Amino acid sequence: METLSENKKAALLSVLLLLVGLFVWEMSIPAQKTVEALTEYERLTGTGQPKAGVPPPSQVVAKAWEQLSNPFYDAGPNDKGIGIQIGYSIYRVLVGYLLAALIAIPLGFLIGMSRVAHKALNPFIQVLRPISPLAWMPLALFVIQDSEASAIFVIFICSIWPMLINTAFGVAGVREDWVNVARTHELGPLKTAFTVILPAAAPTIVTGMRISIGIAWLVIVAAEMLVGGTGIGYYVWNEWNNLDLTSVIFSILMIGVVGMLLDAALGLLQRRVAYVE
Amino acid sequence: MASSFLSIERLTQRYPDGKGGEFTVFENASFGIEKGEFVCILGHSGCGKSTIMNILAGLSDPTSGVIKMDGQAISGPSLDRGVVFQNYSLLPWLTTLKNVTFGVAARFPQWTKQQVTDHSIAFLEKVGLTGDAIYRKPSQLSGGMRQRVSIARAFANEPKLLLLDEPFGALDALTRGTIQDELIKVWSGTDQTVFMITHDIDEAILLADRILLMTNGPNARVAESVEITLPRPRTRTTIVEHPNYYAIRNHLVQFLGERSVLLAGESVGDETHRPETVRIDKTEGAADAEPLLRAVPK
Repeated sequence: METLSENKKAALLSVLLLLVGLFVWEMSIPAQKTVEALTEYERLTGTGQPKAGVPPPSQVVAKAWEQLSNPFYDAGPNDKGIGIQIGYSIYRVLVGYLLAALIAIPLGFLIGMSRVAHKALNPFIQVLRPISPLAWMPLALFVIQDSEASAIFVIFICSIWPMLINTAFGVAGVREDWVNVARTHELGPLKTAFTVILPAAAPTIVTGMRISIGIAWLVIVAAEMLVGGTGIGYYVWNEWNNLDLTSVIFSILMIGVVGMLLDAALGLLQRRVAYVE
Repeated sequence: MASSFLSIERLTQRYPDGKGGEFTVFENASFGIEKGEFVCILGHSGCGKSTIMNILAGLSDPTSGVIKMDGQAISGPSLDRGVVFQNYSLLPWLTTLKNVTFGVAARFPQWTKQQVTDHSIAFLEKVGLTGDAIYRKPSQLSGGMRQRVSIARAFANEPKLLLLDEPFGALDALTRGTIQDELIKVWSGTDQTVFMITHDIDEAILLADRILLMTNGPNARVAESVEITLPRPRTRTTIVEHPNYYAIRNHLVQFLGERSVLLAGESVGDETHRPETVRIDKTEGAADAEPLLRAVPK
């Protein structure tokens, strides 16, 4: 063990923890009789099974294999592949998120550059920011009259705040020396914004974007449980209604994996814009 | 007096002192700088050297007074006045080369990309930056190298007036020496007018044609303009052997040590403060000049 690198030790430990966890989970679930093994009486009254149990990991793995080997099948409104469901969710998240970025970043620039704009807009931001995004849902459904667009609106409203606040903070904090360099080189306001302030504030802005995408992915699951139809949130709820716990657990894992990938993508962008003073 | 290439006329800077009154940094300061001249300004902290520099750079506005360059009153920052800041002010997300090309491209918008790059590389070479170093980020360079980049950026822009704000203040003594040499090398090839702030007497003597001496603040003024009667080219080792060197140095030390305090403090109202010209020359031709200190009326 002495010779292993830190990373290898950590990886080994992770695998060990996973195996122990899965083993304990598998073992803790009482064996269930198959349908064929039940007596007719048991089948009719449902007393053969102690209760509808949580499925063991082996079943979840089997389910995952089955789902992931054909993720894009479409067999009607209540039976779509996991790929299609996740695709819908990602689409909603990205549309709402990009719309939010389109407004939050320029507005954040304005707030960061102008003290008057900051003071004027700050009260609104402080009141609107703590509102749970789902609280907007009834109003959105009533005004927009479209569940799809309402879900996108909820994503929009939840991802705008971290981006707005971080952009304003980053822009306001750009070192005066750098702004002076722009001034002594007679750069116009637009040129200064793009060649000096944007790269200087980019790490802070991207941090805001990373927080936002995380929140958006959290919120989309809840939003889709409400609006229904398609999406990973709807899928979870639908499988719960079907009492298909295996699918519920599988989709919970998928939500985690996709969230991790979205965060990693923004992490990559964050590394690209980072600089050392 | 014939108007100089750069003339500072009755420049005054006051700030509110926080008690309802006003604090006068300097008042009615007037002096001129000729084209191609290298002028250093020496003075204690707080006498307003940096304020003068910021006003010259156009980064801040004086309470009153005008600055004329080539007969035109200046206002706001301009590419005609290049600045080397004490803390280098390189943009950390750009490579060394890009930090220079960014300035050159702003100065010469009609140039092609290739011209801009070639010009920038030439100036980086002049300060001793070649090869790999120019593709590195500032954070990967030492303090001395960073200041070289900053100097190259300023010279590459060929401004009418170059402002150096204590450019070597943050460097260790050895590095400072090498970069002073680089600065002389770059400067001597041009007819660049330079105005530099420094705390370092030896540095000022080595580099300047003329040294402006400021009294202590508040109500600071530019009291003397000392001509540096040392032949060029100068090097650190040869100037100390020149008969004028210690005479000039002693004069400067004496001013900064005592007279900057004695002359400080009093507000003179409307009177224009024009520095007294001091010429110290102990070489053969000027040996008859007694006393050694001679004020030349303007």
